[in-house]
Amino acid sequence: MADSTSVVKKTARSFPAPSVIPGFAPTFGLTILYLGLIVLFPLSLLVLRASELGLSGLYSVATEPRVAAALRTSFFISFAAAAIDVVFGLVVAWVLTRYEFPGRRFLDAIVDLPFALPTAVAGIALAALYAPNGWLGAPLAEYDVKIAFTRWGILIALVFVGLPFVVRTVQPLLAEIDAELEEASATLGASRAQTVWRVLLPPLLPALLTGFALAFARSVGEYGSVIFIAGNLAYISEIAPLLIIVKLEQFDYAGATGIATIMLAISFAVLLAINLIQAWSQKRFGHV
Amino acid sequence: MSEALAPAVLATPRRVTEEAPLTRYLLIGVAVAFLGLFLLLPLAAVFTEALGKGVGAFFATFDEPDAVAAIRLTLIVAAIVVPLNAAFGVSAAWAIAKFSFPGKSVLITLIDLPFSVSPVVSGLVYVLVFGAQGMFGPFVKAQGIQVVFAIPGIVLATIFVTFPFVARELIPLMQEQGTVEEEAALTLGASGFRTFLTVTLPNIKWGLLYGVLLANARAMGEFGAVSVVSGHIRGLTNTIPLQVEILYNEYNIVSAFALASLLAGLALVTLGIKTLLEWRYAGQIAGRRRH
Repeated sequence: MADSTSVVKKTARSFPAPSVIPGFAPTFGLTILYLGLIVLFPLSLLVLRASELGLSGLYSVATEPRVAAALRTSFFISFAAAAIDVVFGLVVAWVLTRYEFPGRRFLDAIVDLPFALPTAVAGIALAALYAPNGWLGAPLAEYDVKIAFTRWGILIALVFVGLPFVVRTVQPLLAEIDAELEEASATLGASRAQTVWRVLLPPLLPALLTGFALAFARSVGEYGSVIFIAGNLAYISEIAPLLIIVKLEQFDYAGATGIATIMLAISFAVLLAINLIQAWSQKRFGHV
Repeated sequence: MSEALAPAVLATPRRVTEEAPLTRYLLIGVAVAFLGLFLLLPLAAVFTEALGKGVGAFFATFDEPDAVAAIRLTLIVAAIVVPLNAAFGVSAAWAIAKFSFPGKSVLITLIDLPFSVSPVVSGLVYVLVFGAQGMFGPFVKAQGIQVVFAIPGIVLATIFVTFPFVARELIPLMQEQGTVEEEAALTLGASGFRTFLTVTLPNIKWGLLYGVLLANARAMGEFGAVSVVSGHIRGLTNTIPLQVEILYNEYNIVSAFALASLLAGLALVTLGIKTLLEWRYAGQIAGRRRH
């Protein structure tokens, strides 16, 4: 993709490489300025405030029982939700890419709904569905199953927000699989199940892991779609982003900054993991 | 496995690259059920709840001054944020895609950064900058400007969360298109600006529209980031999603869902146009992205 420009790279050390195209200075300058003012400066201020707390300060914020419980809740339920999304996301991507059936294109378009639907709208809709008098909550209540206002509610909301990340990461790869590979596998005597398991799925692994990481990262930080269905009981169904807001409302800026920094660290760790997965995939399978 | 269960009287023998019909129907069933349960049912719930007490109650919501104020504020915020981020996106894509310089991939990663940050944290950082105890809090207060718990804060937080949409759509697209056409225009004597308007812009217009569309949907629907900086002052600093929250928490279910249905409608329109662009102009937009 960017190879057309990389030829120039070798010839000069100037910044940027010589080109007849005008407008580098203003566009590059504007980009750096805007990025710096809007994103980098505020984020570095957060890190600065956290560094004033020091590692011991951060540790004492993180180990405060209510904070620790919220971080645990966010972390584990996000992990479970991302895992569910990987399983069903793969099935959805598989079906949408490889099968022809009525309504396929509609379903394909609707997969992006969690990206497009505002989180607050998703939140109240899920809460209404799973509330004890809701379409799904009422029949479940007859079996004494409670979803809304419990941790199960958080899980449902996070499965909702994470799904498109897995589907959209896996889909392009699934579409590109060479039919010859499958045919070769079949001619060599593999059953269909063996072909799927040993020929088709392994190259999808990096995409599944990337989808998992993206869904997980989004879920850990998710706020709007969760708070309405979660019940938000301290120590039980309170998520970390909500606790930031609670701390802010109590004017506990140090506490809010501490939790935010921990969450930022999780985001960076996930970004790093995604880059490592892609580097590994490039080496192992020759694609990202 | 299930091959043994497949009906023996198939018109044509199954190809080796296909699953047995039963497996296929099972997988389709699982996918449809999952999407129906997790995506379609919540969507249906929004409109059903909104119309639950009849059309009259639905429309009465939009006569409320607070609801009108929320709609107006949402439109104002989007009208400021989307053009700014579109201009930034085009500018960033021009610098990144049309030139070669070291550190480019770092720059792209930094532009994508807001996608990895929790919305709540995105709001919090502006409280740290402009809040009462923030770095510039006393300064802006002395100037008589209120940023946090006022419209400027909402605008800033919304710019932050929608920051990457246009740029990440245009960068890969413009990298793919290269610089040959622009170079031709320039050699033929066109000015840089004219080259951009008559050569580059027609090439990227659908990609630009795609990015703007997604940025707009997010700008109008953003909840977490805006919730932190807004202060929730009715009629003044409540956007539609914040007003939905207030109505819902007051058990004003019909009004909450009526306002929410406005946003759900916007989401559906966005998805519709997006899908149309993907079918019609597949080669002229960067195609399916993760966000």
